Amino acid sequence: MEKMKCTVCGYIYDPNLGVDDSIITKGTSFEQLPQDWVCPVCGAPKDAFEVEKQA
Amino acid sequence: MMTKLIKEGIYSVGVVDWNERRFHGHTYVTKRGVTYNSYLVIDEKITLIDTVREGFQKELIENIKNVVDPSKIDVIIINHIEPDHSGAFAEILKICPNAKVYGTEKARQGLLKYYGVCGDWVGVKSGQNLNIGKRTLDFIDVPMIHWPDSMFTYSAYDKILFSNDGFGQHYATNKIFDDEVNFDVLMDEAQKYYANILWPFNMLVSSKLAAIDKLSLDVELIAPSHGLIWRKYISEIMQKYLYWSSHSCKNRVAVVYETMWNSTEKMARKIVEGITSEGVETILFDVTKNDRPDIASYMLEAKGWVFGSSTHDGEMLPVIAGFLHFLKGSKAKGRKSFAFGSYGWSGEAVKDIEDTISNVTSFEPSLRVVYNPTQEELDKCFQAGKSFALKIKNE
Repeated sequence: MEKMKCTVCGYIYDPNLGVDDSIITKGTSFEQLPQDWVCPVCGAPKDAFEVEKQA
Repeated sequence: MMTKLIKEGIYSVGVVDWNERRFHGHTYVTKRGVTYNSYLVIDEKITLIDTVREGFQKELIENIKNVVDPSKIDVIIINHIEPDHSGAFAEILKICPNAKVYGTEKARQGLLKYYGVCGDWVGVKSGQNLNIGKRTLDFIDVPMIHWPDSMFTYSAYDKILFSNDGFGQHYATNKIFDDEVNFDVLMDEAQKYYANILWPFNMLVSSKLAAIDKLSLDVELIAPSHGLIWRKYISEIMQKYLYWSSHSCKNRVAVVYETMWNSTEKMARKIVEGITSEGVETILFDVTKNDRPDIASYMLEAKGWVFGSSTHDGEMLPVIAGFLHFLKGSKAKGRKSFAFGSYGWSGEAVKDIEDTISNVTSFEPSLRVVYNPTQEELDKCFQAGKSFALKIKNE
């Protein structure tokens, strides 16, 4: 599963970690997140995310 | 004494930092100085909305004392934790330790990191409100306008939107309202503020403005944390925010360059002549002689961005490199560019320019000359400017 990066604030969604203090559990792929899910840091919508290029 | 009544029961108690010229570290040249606005609401619960920068806490407290004993403050609202607004928070809290403090969860975390205190905290988010007597204050979280913790506070009773950094301008004056100062200067500072603070968050500004529009708030005053309060020109500044946040721009070209022995400058001047021959508006900026915020402000509304640099040690020159790294963060869209520059033997600068900011603009073929441009090469620069201007006009 790919990591996804918020193009607004740089937050990285890592499916292996989920999101702390939320209902999003480990192992949830980015695609599985609800359509109205927003970046936990800046509130940007899902379509503001892009695939994080691996270093 | 800078305490001013802005509406029945509401006082501006903030401070003017007349001589601040380098704001935000070294990132923002503030030629007209800065204000840190703070608002005091006298109701059954005495409420302070935002504080001021550290170093100005005594002045803030004196300003509050002109209206009320500061220890009587019942409520402190923290719309944004950045130190220019929260710098006096800890000091205020010492004076009124029983005050309840309102802000977003991210604001609470931030205050604790900065000051180790957050007071008697009440976390709030959009849709929640607080009754302070005659007034009910509504909270609207506005993440990344311009930090994750940011929020607006709205008083329907007064029809005032306390927008913190939203709609701000760096403009030190003893005036309070937009119509008390020169309109063009005000809009110029508002544009510079947007270009240097909010531009990267266009997507969120645009969606938040749409969401706020749906709330159909009745707004007679927009009271930001920097500069003048909007009263007469609310629709003008709203239109501008809609325009900027939608990545709109004009048929205008910014030519930004840095030169060593004037060869790149000669090219730049010919390019400007070519652009001018097509009647397209342009400004030539030597990046070492202009303040970055001014160039950025012009570029915010410019469809064409042309960049020039001599090659030095296999790279573009350092001042333009810094400028382009700033611009890269703007996350601009819909721009067109080309790069140019003179070189001695290797000539990497143009590619360096393209590689640095290809994420925010698309590049036409570049233009390079060895050492010093010949007449023929200068003609090519003119033609490049002319055909670029045609594309700007026609696409």
